[in-house]
Amino acid sequence: MNTAIAQQRAIHQEPVMAAHPQDLAFNATEPAPEGHRTVGLVTVDNPKMSARDVNVHYGDKHAIKHVTIDIGTNEVIAFIGPSGCGKSTFLRCLNRMNDTIDGCRVSGEITLDGHDIYARDLDVVQLRARVGMVFQKPNPFPKSIFDNVAYGPRIHGMVSSKSELEDLVQWALEKAGLWNEVKDRLHQPGTGLSGGQQQRLCIARAISVSPEVILMDEPCSALDPIATAKIEELIDELRANFSIVIVTHSMQQAARVSQRTAYFHLGDLIEVGETEQIFTNPVHKLTEGYITGRFG
Amino acid sequence: MNKPTTTARGVYTIPEERRIGGKAHLALVTRRNAAERRFRAYGIAALGLSLLFLVTLFVTIIGNGASAFRQTYVKLDVNFAADVLDPDGKRDPATLGSANYLTLVRNTLRSQLPDTEGRAALREAQGLISSAANYQLREMVLADPLLVGQTRPVWVLASALVDATLKGGIDRNLPESDRKISDRQLGWLDKLAAEGRIERRFNSVLFTAGDSREPEQAGIWGAVMGSFYTMVVTLALSFPIGVAAAIYLEEFAPRNRWTDLIEVNINNLAAVPSIVYGLLGLAVFINWFGLPRSAPLVGGLVLTLMTLPVIIIASRAALTSVPPSIREAALGMGASKMQTVTHHVLPLALPGMLTGAIIGMSRALGETAPLLMIGMVAFIVDVPTGFTSHATVLPVQIYLWADSPERAFVERTSAAILVLLGFMVAMNALAVILRKRFERRW
Repeated sequence: MNTAIAQQRAIHQEPVMAAHPQDLAFNATEPAPEGHRTVGLVTVDNPKMSARDVNVHYGDKHAIKHVTIDIGTNEVIAFIGPSGCGKSTFLRCLNRMNDTIDGCRVSGEITLDGHDIYARDLDVVQLRARVGMVFQKPNPFPKSIFDNVAYGPRIHGMVSSKSELEDLVQWALEKAGLWNEVKDRLHQPGTGLSGGQQQRLCIARAISVSPEVILMDEPCSALDPIATAKIEELIDELRANFSIVIVTHSMQQAARVSQRTAYFHLGDLIEVGETEQIFTNPVHKLTEGYITGRFG
Repeated sequence: MNKPTTTARGVYTIPEERRIGGKAHLALVTRRNAAERRFRAYGIAALGLSLLFLVTLFVTIIGNGASAFRQTYVKLDVNFAADVLDPDGKRDPATLGSANYLTLVRNTLRSQLPDTEGRAALREAQGLISSAANYQLREMVLADPLLVGQTRPVWVLASALVDATLKGGIDRNLPESDRKISDRQLGWLDKLAAEGRIERRFNSVLFTAGDSREPEQAGIWGAVMGSFYTMVVTLALSFPIGVAAAIYLEEFAPRNRWTDLIEVNINNLAAVPSIVYGLLGLAVFINWFGLPRSAPLVGGLVLTLMTLPVIIIASRAALTSVPPSIREAALGMGASKMQTVTHHVLPLALPGMLTGAIIGMSRALGETAPLLMIGMVAFIVDVPTGFTSHATVLPVQIYLWADSPERAFVERTSAAILVLLGFMVAMNALAVILRKRFERRW
């Protein structure tokens, strides 16, 4: 890792408090001032992944501007922000899913355990096995529940026998809290499950290859409150084994599941901090405007 | 402060009659409902009209062609005279094979029919039965040499003239000079019919023989086999090439000017008149590569060129219809691009691709124009036995028969059309079944 940058922690805690409530009027279409520097503690002591000065361009559009942030080991970090603020885009930089989008250019440095994931000699296939992803809409393969979970271990050659594979599938499904619901119908299509079960199946699929980081892109936005509660519980349990990055539109969800929260605004990373601090005592006025729901 | 928002002209109120339920509004609703009814009526009229055309087509074709599936046969008591067939009495197959069966037929006719003295009368009598009778008798003798010297009743194929007359294709009430069949022939026919020596049977010749100048001996089997070999070549080439091209363009190729250009060209190629492909095939495959003319191989190659754009477009559509979330899921699991395609995208797109391929195939099966250019329009009697033997195909056979002057070819043309339509319907039904059976919904 670039220690020079790591040490140069972007602490920028001048109070940017608003004098009058009117000044807090939050305008979702107005970018942060040019050359904005992230407020709060962007680095952690034991980072799993670190991003340094990451920029993303879609053609002419500057979608992510100079984002620097660490993702700690065994922590849940939530990315929040208005629609189109780039939080999903940044999330997809972390396992290079943006590679598949035409006209998308990523610059800056992103490391996983100190190794640059955009290095030329890095195998993106391996990276994605180490950094798993759960998508907004549950997207199980139109195959059986078993095959859904077994797919990753199979293509990465992680099991040597059928019984091993069965054990691994059971472990992943148990971990995802789905085993008891599906153990009698493992060979029925995964698409026949309910929305919440499908999403937990996708989580089981993601953890089946024992990734180190799990990226979750609004994993509950298509689910009802009961299924959402189950997934949130699950995220909390998974923290013991994985680092989790979750993008969410629900601030309550961010508050419930995460230890740290990062607020994005039109491509800028405005503020990062302990979740409790962000929600109770935001520093930047844009963060405060968003969290208190004052849209201009 | 606290004034209600108003427009520049003040607060706007909708006049009473224009509110919901007002007079003007009711008139509007009436007009709208009438327009809707009218629109539905147009739709039903269009549907009715197209159904009417379809029914007309089928009634005409079936009306014309149904009679072709029955063929008239005449029973003659044939004396397999030893002095004609085997003067030496050795029963040597070579002698038996080269004997003069025409004489046998003539003798038979002389013995069975009255007033057959003179060459003209004999020729008219011969006109009652097909020239295939000679070969039929020869086959019988070669199969069983013990027949020589015996007299046996044999059902022989009637001539097309007799067949047409009995099916009502020739008006008996016309003066003799205006019809092809003579009074004398009609007399013989009536006599044979009265003796129960005329029968109509299933026309197996139509389904087992190749083409012939004599309608009663002409069949579609040669054309069916020609079509079969041509389609095998077309399918074997166009499906893998088309699918591979579609997969590359859709899943791997970068989006840039070159791929845009290729895409536009593929779409244009699908709209190129098929005869142009025939000319291309003639120039490239026959004149340059030196492949044989009139061969299913070349026909298949030409139809491949024609079908490829259709299959590529259909396959790309099938690939696009696979939701991107499936690709993301696979890529997110660390599957390589190729694994994503072969494990997930292709299986989901395959039914759509097959449907496209079958539709393309059924178009190719019905294609005539490009095959005319490469010589598949020749008169070919033998049933083709391979990809390079001379052949014609079903639609070209229909074209050839429709061009023939003989009355009996009219019904055969329609019969061939029925067979071709049968193949088409079967293929399209297969496409529908495949789609219904394997289609997945998200």
